[in-house]
Amino acid sequence: MKTAVIVFPGVNCEHDVVHTLKALGGEAELVWHRETDLSDFDGVVLPGGFAHGDALRTGAIARFSPAMTEVTRMAGEGRPILGICNGWQVLCESHLLPGAHIANRDMSFVCRFVDTEVVDTNSILTRTATVGQRLRIPLNSYEGAWVDPSDSGRVVLRYIDNPNGSQNRAAAVTNVAGNVAGVMPHPERATDHLLGSTDGNVLLEGFLHSLVPA
Amino acid sequence: MTTIQEPAHRQLGMTDGEYESVVEILGRDPRPAELAMYSVMWSEHCSYKSSRSHLDRFPTEAPWVVVGPGENAGVVDIGDGWLAALRIESHNHPSFVEPYQGAATGVGGILRDVFTMGARPIALWDQIRFGPLTEPKNRYLFNGVVSGIAGYGNAVGVPTVGGEVEFDDCYSGNPLVNVMCLGILRNEQLVLGTAGEPGSIAVLLGKATGRDGIGGASVLASSSFDDQSQEKRPSVQVGDPFEEKKLIEACLELYAKGLVVGVQDLGAAGLSCATSEPAGRAGVGMDVDLDAVHTRESGMTAPELLMSESQERMMAFVDPVRVDEVLAVADKWEIDSAVVGEVKAGNTLSIRHNGDLVAEVPAASLADNAPLYDREVARPDWIDELWQAATPIDFTDPAATLLELLADPAIGSSAWVHEQYDHMLFLNTVVGPGGDGSLLRIKGTNKALAVSTDGNGRLCYLDPRRGAQRLVYEAALNVAVTGARPLAVVDNLNFGNPEKPEVMWQFKETVDGMSEACEALNVPVVGGNVSFYNETDGVDIHPTPIVGLLGLADPMPTTPPRLHQALEGMEIWEVGPIASDNLAGSALQRTSGFAPTGRPATPDSEMANRVIEIALDLAHRVPVLHDISDGGAAVAITEICIASKVGASFDLEHPFSEDPHRFIAVCAPGGVDLPGDVARRIGTMTGDSIVVGRSQVPLADADLAWRNAIPAALAIKSSG
Repeated sequence: MKTAVIVFPGVNCEHDVVHTLKALGGEAELVWHRETDLSDFDGVVLPGGFAHGDALRTGAIARFSPAMTEVTRMAGEGRPILGICNGWQVLCESHLLPGAHIANRDMSFVCRFVDTEVVDTNSILTRTATVGQRLRIPLNSYEGAWVDPSDSGRVVLRYIDNPNGSQNRAAAVTNVAGNVAGVMPHPERATDHLLGSTDGNVLLEGFLHSLVPA
Repeated sequence: MTTIQEPAHRQLGMTDGEYESVVEILGRDPRPAELAMYSVMWSEHCSYKSSRSHLDRFPTEAPWVVVGPGENAGVVDIGDGWLAALRIESHNHPSFVEPYQGAATGVGGILRDVFTMGARPIALWDQIRFGPLTEPKNRYLFNGVVSGIAGYGNAVGVPTVGGEVEFDDCYSGNPLVNVMCLGILRNEQLVLGTAGEPGSIAVLLGKATGRDGIGGASVLASSSFDDQSQEKRPSVQVGDPFEEKKLIEACLELYAKGLVVGVQDLGAAGLSCATSEPAGRAGVGMDVDLDAVHTRESGMTAPELLMSESQERMMAFVDPVRVDEVLAVADKWEIDSAVVGEVKAGNTLSIRHNGDLVAEVPAASLADNAPLYDREVARPDWIDELWQAATPIDFTDPAATLLELLADPAIGSSAWVHEQYDHMLFLNTVVGPGGDGSLLRIKGTNKALAVSTDGNGRLCYLDPRRGAQRLVYEAALNVAVTGARPLAVVDNLNFGNPEKPEVMWQFKETVDGMSEACEALNVPVVGGNVSFYNETDGVDIHPTPIVGLLGLADPMPTTPPRLHQALEGMEIWEVGPIASDNLAGSALQRTSGFAPTGRPATPDSEMANRVIEIALDLAHRVPVLHDISDGGAAVAITEICIASKVGASFDLEHPFSEDPHRFIAVCAPGGVDLPGDVARRIGTMTGDSIVVGRSQVPLADADLAWRNAIPAALAIKSSG
């Protein structure tokens, strides 16, 4: 079973995601954003970075990339789709997840470990975690605060101290079906004791366990 | 304001003598485009005309040096088919004129120097210096520079994993912004800045040429400042990290596919440099058609096209049969490209614009015939007076003194700065900002690379030779305490006006001091940068050389020493010579309100090597090693306490002395056996206070003072 890691021009976490998924026993490949056929893949990760230089709004242009037509089809079929950081912003712009992202409350970029808590395990991201489990994962964003006037997103991971002013302290959100999820902190950056935490593993393992043969 | 029209060459920053040299080379008066090219290529920034005669003294050779000074970046062999590329650059003047874009394009520029060599840039370090934050202007500059580094570095996708911040009056009119970059590559990917054989095609890749960044090298980087300096703002480039990100990926794909013969960037001196230098190096000529250059604005003149600088453009030299493949890669990565020239036999660089010949010059003359000045050198008469004037500093309550030091923005936590930078991308950062050296693992190997960047203007002002030596030794010890053996140095020499003999004396002493220390450690200098004219209204900055030292840990310690790994009950050891009461140039002297006075302690090359060997050995065996620098052993131990959340009790006669070659080791009781003549047990990790002799402060207070140092200085409420 194979995961497509979509590369929009300007993203930068694509190699980190592939490295980590492989280290966890998964199979992952970089896929250029102009690709029009993802039928070989069983799931998708949209990695972090600055797709199209964040022009107009974060994720606003990536939404129109040919690969997103395929991602939307796969989301509808119940395939696991995970957006990390900028990838979550792309999923919001694509209306695969509700809400949008605005600048952090303090109006400055934040790169540091933050404490989060699993609050819902019915999602591709949290299915192998337990409710109440504390996870220490690095945040790395400027437009990291999620807002959702419709209040329809299901929060699966919450910040303990809300570092960016996210609605409902949301660090990760899923759709109704639980197969599309967005997460603002980077689980792939917390997968090795040498890097300070392995708390991200449980989230990416959840994603890998959600893959079923196409 | 100039009321009488000056000759064109003087407006371009060229002396009358330099103009005559151009006339001599060409055998006629230069055309406007030719004059523009010589003016930028012969600027101080590009030609090193005041410094070259001194830089020759640096040791530059070692068996592991693959590419030494003179190329875009230095390259060293780190074993098993891996190479490391490193370079450091300054963007001081642009950052003063426009702090956000000045600093941002400084990042862009140094990245470009590294990926030009075929390497993927994996990390950045920032050395930034400002006047005191009590001045609103300095707060504005500090904020703008940090935002610019964050804005560009984060978006271009290269982590900023370390650096240093310093504040001193001498930088009020002239902040320093130095950026170092490290890249890694496989042996076979190395690319040089050569135009190749006659017949090679010159392909310009990246952002369209505009009128920004014209004459940055000559106008900004090579002259002094006064209150009219803001008028120079149009010379600052506007950065575009998204374009550079795409350009990096496109170039790495070109290298991986073996599609280019050589590559040259369009940084300082723009197309003038990107055509003449590769042709000069290859001993060939070139025909260039400026009408083929893709532009953002219409009506640009030939001199403008030839001088426009950008971080986001590259010139690739390509075998004619592979041009289509190169253009296809550019198209895939959505970057613009244009075939602008062809390499010719001979040595003439011919440039056409609107069908007219606008320049016809010997290609190599722009680089090789640049003027060389042997500037007058004179030892300043005030230096003896400074040495005599050492002020005794009284600290009857060491714990209170410690708190004052911790609350200093140059000593306290740098989190306000480094948390604005992505410092974790690529999953390599084992030791990041806030430690001694940064330690980056190389995935798929047992190796790790360590880098420390160090500067100390006050020390170098008091004694440039000893100051420069100590910087090299400090950087070497900083990488050694991470488990990495010192391998190579790059330097950024920030000085005042070289036309003043005292400044040239400081420069000469610095070069000699650095050379001596590098020779003693057998660490070659593989590249560097000189920034002169750091003066405003006739006042020079302190001589501020910055040393960037690369080390290799092979293998990396299984659990490298890190500041947060101390536990209750562990022993605290001081390794190195016993400190003296010499506080010349120290942080304590500064925070006590004294101008720098006294003569800094002399370093000892034998001791330097000995403590480095001890640190390299201990790095595999003990949980915490920490170099002693600003604020002395007391501050070093407190930093361990804060990171490990445990107090300490220790006793030292000179807790704030910064004498060189010393570090702290923390280990389990009886855990190490250290030679008695260079190591002594000085205390224990214990409790929830810092106890210095008979004086003490709660750890929580020390932590708060340290954490709030920069936010308090900026009058920002800390978010904890």
